[in-house]
Amino acid sequence: MEILERGVGELIQAPDIGSLRAWNREHKSMVLESKLVSEREAVERLVADGDYVSFELYGTCRAPLSVAREIVRQGRRNLRLAGQGLQDVDFLVAAGCVEAMDITYVGYEVHGLSRVLRRAAEKQGLKLVEWSNAALAWRFKAAAMGVPFLPIKSMLGTDTFRYSAGMVADCPFTGEKLMLLPALVLDVGVVHVHQADVYGNCFLEGISGFAIEMARASKKLIISAEEIVDNAEFRHWPERNVIPWYHVDAVVHAPFGSHPGEMPNLYGRDEPGILEWLKAIETEEGTEAYLDKYMRDVPDHAAYLELIGGEAKQRELRDIAVGR
Amino acid sequence: MAEDKYNGTELLICLAARVMEDRSSAFIGTGVPMLAAALAKRLYAPNLVPVFEFGGVGSSLKYLPRGVGESKTFYQAQVASGICDIMETAARGFITYGFLGGAQIDMYGNLNSTVIGPQPSPKVRMPGSGGANDVGSFCWHTIAIMQHDARRFVPKIDFVTTPGYLTGPGAREAAGLFPGSGPYRVVTNLAVLGYEEESKRMMLLSTNPGVTADQVVEATGFELVVPDVVGANDPPTDEELQVLREEIDPEHLYI
Repeated sequence: MEILERGVGELIQAPDIGSLRAWNREHKSMVLESKLVSEREAVERLVADGDYVSFELYGTCRAPLSVAREIVRQGRRNLRLAGQGLQDVDFLVAAGCVEAMDITYVGYEVHGLSRVLRRAAEKQGLKLVEWSNAALAWRFKAAAMGVPFLPIKSMLGTDTFRYSAGMVADCPFTGEKLMLLPALVLDVGVVHVHQADVYGNCFLEGISGFAIEMARASKKLIISAEEIVDNAEFRHWPERNVIPWYHVDAVVHAPFGSHPGEMPNLYGRDEPGILEWLKAIETEEGTEAYLDKYMRDVPDHAAYLELIGGEAKQRELRDIAVGR
Repeated sequence: MAEDKYNGTELLICLAARVMEDRSSAFIGTGVPMLAAALAKRLYAPNLVPVFEFGGVGSSLKYLPRGVGESKTFYQAQVASGICDIMETAARGFITYGFLGGAQIDMYGNLNSTVIGPQPSPKVRMPGSGGANDVGSFCWHTIAIMQHDARRFVPKIDFVTTPGYLTGPGAREAAGLFPGSGPYRVVTNLAVLGYEEESKRMMLLSTNPGVTADQVVEATGFELVVPDVVGANDPPTDEELQVLREEIDPEHLYI
């Protein structure tokens, strides 16, 4: 297989399948034991300075924002991120936790560009390596498959490729050009689900985004769940288990954990809450004030839920859920 | 209906809705494509299947999403899967149309939604590819929706986020992209444009109400192919505007 072209982007995490296998052998277990912990304990134990971290799903929908806020609270530094998201990524970049990012999309769709990303890229020299959405998801898939790379038919011929850390090669079977994606092995993956048991088995509702691939590409995996359910639920519906327990290192009970984002079938998006962040990030002072108010000055997620309006707010958000 | 009865966004939505074909599938991005697909489903293309990259396929689009990963993208849908499944479906040739946007477009329909200025030290950092590069690589036909002026329609875009015809005829295939795929239409506030078969260069097809071909040429920073006969786009109909304002976006989120 001849390499025809190399992207100039830096490979900020090595596609080291050997280390993933060795890690899983040493640190993962098939034993059913409770992994239920608080956000604080999960982040203290599992997220280290310098780790490569990724969140799922997509910033304002089924996003593990209570864990993202805890990472800010504990002031982790020099993290590397998979930049596929909105508020999860924005919080960490804004708080100065991030030194480099594999980026596909960071922005607010209907509400436009992220001022946090703009400041970081334009003024603070944040290192960004470009990918497409599918490419980033398939990089997780490669790691989940235990292969160091996957060939794809996207990104070819573009600057998105040229500023990636991928390669172009001839297909050994057909001779056509292929883009080669390096596997993305995560130090830490964080997934928010509807229901989990204390062992880490997971049910989710609605689109699965890239939860299935990302969970399997993670050395350390934190699950946050709206509800903790009995293990009997999984024995009754084993085919609905999207992330089996043996991948999981911590289970956090995080009701309204995706706030101000939404949770399909459970609660709607808190639009004023999202707009408050967008207003705050217009200035660096505003950003710091928001991070203080909602993260650094709040002891934990329970206190955060009180701060945003407690039970009344939760009822309001449940009422606007987009159900079935 | 007089021109002052509708705004520019409403015109764009109606033009894009009319391009959509019944019994086909289309990748839908945030904004105008969502509204256009919702309008097309109600008036012109009831069997259009909207596809959202994070897993929603076949939503009724009863509620207008604010993003491509929201629960409204799979409300009353047939499928709620994930991004790998959707992109692999597109890679297997199932998705006919893909809607795209960007800050800059060139004569071959290449699009920039990543940076203005150099990538390592940009003047403006935009969100990045997201699913756009994949949509531009996998869909049979892509439709760009743009504001039309010489800052956006430029001879050389700062960064090729999403492939159009790249450097011209044969370039997509030479780069390794699937044959037979590529840019199809550009819908703007001034005109609807297509691509000349031989040269793959952008070509004026029809102008919007009150717009002349010369104005379109003037607002385009590269040499546009202008055929002998240029069509005229009808303004939004009363029915289109009523459905758009009362059923699709009653909160005026986008319009």
